[in-house]
Amino acid sequence: MKFLGNLSWDAIPWNSPLPLIAGGGVIAICIAIAAWIVLAGHLPYLWKEWITSVDHKRIGVMYILLGLVMTLRGFADAILMRTHQAYAYRADGYLPPEHFDQIFTSHGTIMIFFGAMPLMIGLMNFVIPLQLGVRDVAFPTWNSTSLWLTAAGALLVNISLVVGVFSRAGWLPYPPLSELEFSPDVGVDYYLWALLISGVGTLVTGINFVTTILKMRAPGMGYLRMSMYCWTALASNLLIVAAFPILTATLVMLTLDRYLGFHFFTAAGGGNMMMFINLIWAWGHPEVYILVLPAFGIFSEIISTFSNKPLFGYRSMVIATLGICIISFLVWLHHFFTMGAGGTVNAAFGIATSVIAVVTGVKVFNWLFTMYGGRIHYKTPMLWALGFLVTFVIGGMTGVLLAVPPADFLLHNSLFLVAHFHNTIIGGVVFGAFAGIAYWFPKAFGFRLHEGWGVAAFWFTIAAFYAVFIPLYMVGLLGMPRRMQHYDMEMWRPFILAAMVGIFLFGVALICQVIQLVVSIRQRERLRDETGDPWSGRSLEWATPSPPPIFNFAVQPTVYGEEPYWELKRRAIASQQNEGRYEAIKLPRNNATGFVTGFFASVIGFAMVWKIWWLAILGLVAAYAVFVWYAWRDIPEEKISAEEVARIDRAHRKSRAEWLARHSEKGNMA
Amino acid sequence: MVLLAGCSGGVLDPKGQIAVQESEILLNSVGTMLIIVAPTLLATLAFAWWFRASNRKARYLPDWVFSGRLELINWGYPLLIILFLGGLIWMGSHRLDPFRPIAAAGKQLEVQVVSLDWKWLFIYPEQSVASVNELVLPVETPVHFSITSATVMNSFFVPQLGGMIAAMPGMITQLHLKADHMGDLWGLSTQFSGDGFAGMHFDVRVKSNEDFERWVEYARKSACDLDHAGYAALLRESQNVRPFVYRSVIPALFVKIVTGKVSPPNATAEQGSSVVACPETAQ
Repeated sequence: MKFLGNLSWDAIPWNSPLPLIAGGGVIAICIAIAAWIVLAGHLPYLWKEWITSVDHKRIGVMYILLGLVMTLRGFADAILMRTHQAYAYRADGYLPPEHFDQIFTSHGTIMIFFGAMPLMIGLMNFVIPLQLGVRDVAFPTWNSTSLWLTAAGALLVNISLVVGVFSRAGWLPYPPLSELEFSPDVGVDYYLWALLISGVGTLVTGINFVTTILKMRAPGMGYLRMSMYCWTALASNLLIVAAFPILTATLVMLTLDRYLGFHFFTAAGGGNMMMFINLIWAWGHPEVYILVLPAFGIFSEIISTFSNKPLFGYRSMVIATLGICIISFLVWLHHFFTMGAGGTVNAAFGIATSVIAVVTGVKVFNWLFTMYGGRIHYKTPMLWALGFLVTFVIGGMTGVLLAVPPADFLLHNSLFLVAHFHNTIIGGVVFGAFAGIAYWFPKAFGFRLHEGWGVAAFWFTIAAFYAVFIPLYMVGLLGMPRRMQHYDMEMWRPFILAAMVGIFLFGVALICQVIQLVVSIRQRERLRDETGDPWSGRSLEWATPSPPPIFNFAVQPTVYGEEPYWELKRRAIASQQNEGRYEAIKLPRNNATGFVTGFFASVIGFAMVWKIWWLAILGLVAAYAVFVWYAWRDIPEEKISAEEVARIDRAHRKSRAEWLARHSEKGNMA
Repeated sequence: MVLLAGCSGGVLDPKGQIAVQESEILLNSVGTMLIIVAPTLLATLAFAWWFRASNRKARYLPDWVFSGRLELINWGYPLLIILFLGGLIWMGSHRLDPFRPIAAAGKQLEVQVVSLDWKWLFIYPEQSVASVNELVLPVETPVHFSITSATVMNSFFVPQLGGMIAAMPGMITQLHLKADHMGDLWGLSTQFSGDGFAGMHFDVRVKSNEDFERWVEYARKSACDLDHAGYAALLRESQNVRPFVYRSVIPALFVKIVTGKVSPPNATAEQGSSVVACPETAQ
């Protein structure tokens, strides 16, 4: 028994320069940032105010930051794949198969689990308690733990870049390829432990938000007065609670196969790989709705706000949302029509899948009628919403096409399929995240994002999206499967080259986003949001200053209708004009439980990957000890005095009054 | 544009009965959905343009939030389309179930397909010959494929003949195809199966009945035997394998592969006929 398990110097890929240089670069940047933080004396602030924070707003921002960094990492994989394939016609490209296979696996894994999920969860974290008119989520420390467990998973995936290898079995590791016999290296283990750890974090998030939305709404906010975003978040988190245990159980079974010689999914010993494929998609299909439902909610908010109209057919939308929530659990088999289930089974799941198109169609129509009769202001968030409507409808159509089993027999596992799900995930989730970030950025930081660069980023993204994925749709119709390290079919080549041009356009769009952020920070005084309500919003988050104080609302708002803040503004409710009665507010104390748990979870994962048993046990004991320590604390809350609350609220009122006076003099109500 | 893409060699350029029907369903489904998708896209752009804030001619309806009639259309219109599409799905799934034999006069040809790392083995049990990475079919003859894998999961697919289906270890999937025109096609694996996956394509040669018989004779005269040593050699990982044929096959090899009763690769593989030893039989 070796002290460091299977870990040795050979684990570092000395002979393949690409990951070594990339990994080295990332490590250097991380060290540089860490050094700057320490030397400039920011560490105590960072530790006290962010890393140990249990404030849902800060956790949300950190989630989004994690999501953006990981999306960047996944995008780097996308550039590698597209350029590689452009050079792989009757040639070997520049990535050997064992490397190319890791790239597409990590692209999928990172984009879904550590890009899209943190972006969506981060936005929910920031917005939901504000929209509900409450001070925080139900379990703030759990919330912080969720974040750091997700970060631990992301860390493990990225460690695999330099220490060992990542999985080469695809983003869903179908056995028997992912079994020890065919994938003996640590790649699949990295995948498993990263997802087991972050999966727990996501499940806890789900429980947290379901509890928050069901139990903690402002006085007067019945279920049918919640914003559409709260509804979609509720549906999404119900799905998390129902689906993520399936993922964890499935991955545990695969882990048992790999570590202890079980035979859940092996071809020999009575195992059945079809069980894995069924189980993973019983999670996997709800997962896409976990991602896209919150995006639907974001667009509902944005389309209504920028059309200057309430959401059309609110109750219809609620029914459609819950319909999607339920039906999404009944369609998983459409991911493997080609596994030979038989006509009736295939037909049943095909029809169930198309029924989702009905409820989604209802949503699209309601968005259209929200725009109908509106006064639409085309700010960046609204542009994303429009881009989403057009793009997502096309993606939905190709999705229903794939739900027709005989058509799927021609298109399954082709680049047509790849184009379809990118069409919905980019067009739905990524556009939704960008729209949401642009929409709520002023709320989070107190200043708007620069409009011009935002518009540029939008148009470049749209152009890039169609430039990449229309060729991929077409080459899929020409029979090109996904995950090809090389190919010698001449008719595929022009499309692959076109897609490469598209990926560079994505790069330009990305640069626009970065410039937008830099320019906005430099011009923050000019872009400052003094009123807390920069878009003339309709829900409660706009009733509080930007950025909101730690306690969110100085006086807890009371809700009078479906659009709480709009109603307050319209009625000019007295409590908005005059000061309320300020009372002391109790808030949960920041604590390091989440961070320390996340740290030890990474240790457990790393130790299990390399089979360093003593370290794994140590990590487990330490992670558990943190919770015991947390449970034993004497002072769980801190108090903010009534005077302090009053001071903060008066400052906000003053700033808003000044803004109003300034603008009514000009006679220009923006 | 989509039609343009299908003009040569893709799934919209079918060369067999099943592919013709499947691509027909594909196009019909797209057509059906366009009935709703096209107006929706147009309405989106039209509403977005007309109701822009700067257009003072547009009516502003700040309190218009519900209309029973519109809700009826919102739910009813997609429902109708999906009802129609559902019928299409139901009938198509049954009619084109890959397990369902093709009704046609004459005898059907049996072909047993085994996916390996990383090549395809085609066994012709009635002719007791076999080939690697080359599938030869008589024209206008229904073919019954029995498909399994001697390694990880793969998917068997000839785009212009239609009917993709998984190849899984320990299991048999079935597929019925019929090629309607003579000529050279291609097939491949569509389910990622490891490092050599990209090279897992095979030639499909659709020949006249006489030419097919001639090919069987040619195969019988070749130099390679798919005996235990030959199979052990075949089991070894190899990539981008050029097609070749076997003159004989272990009796009931396919069933033995499915049930895992083939003797595992052992020392005999080193001396026996190997993948590398039989390249002269290519073509």
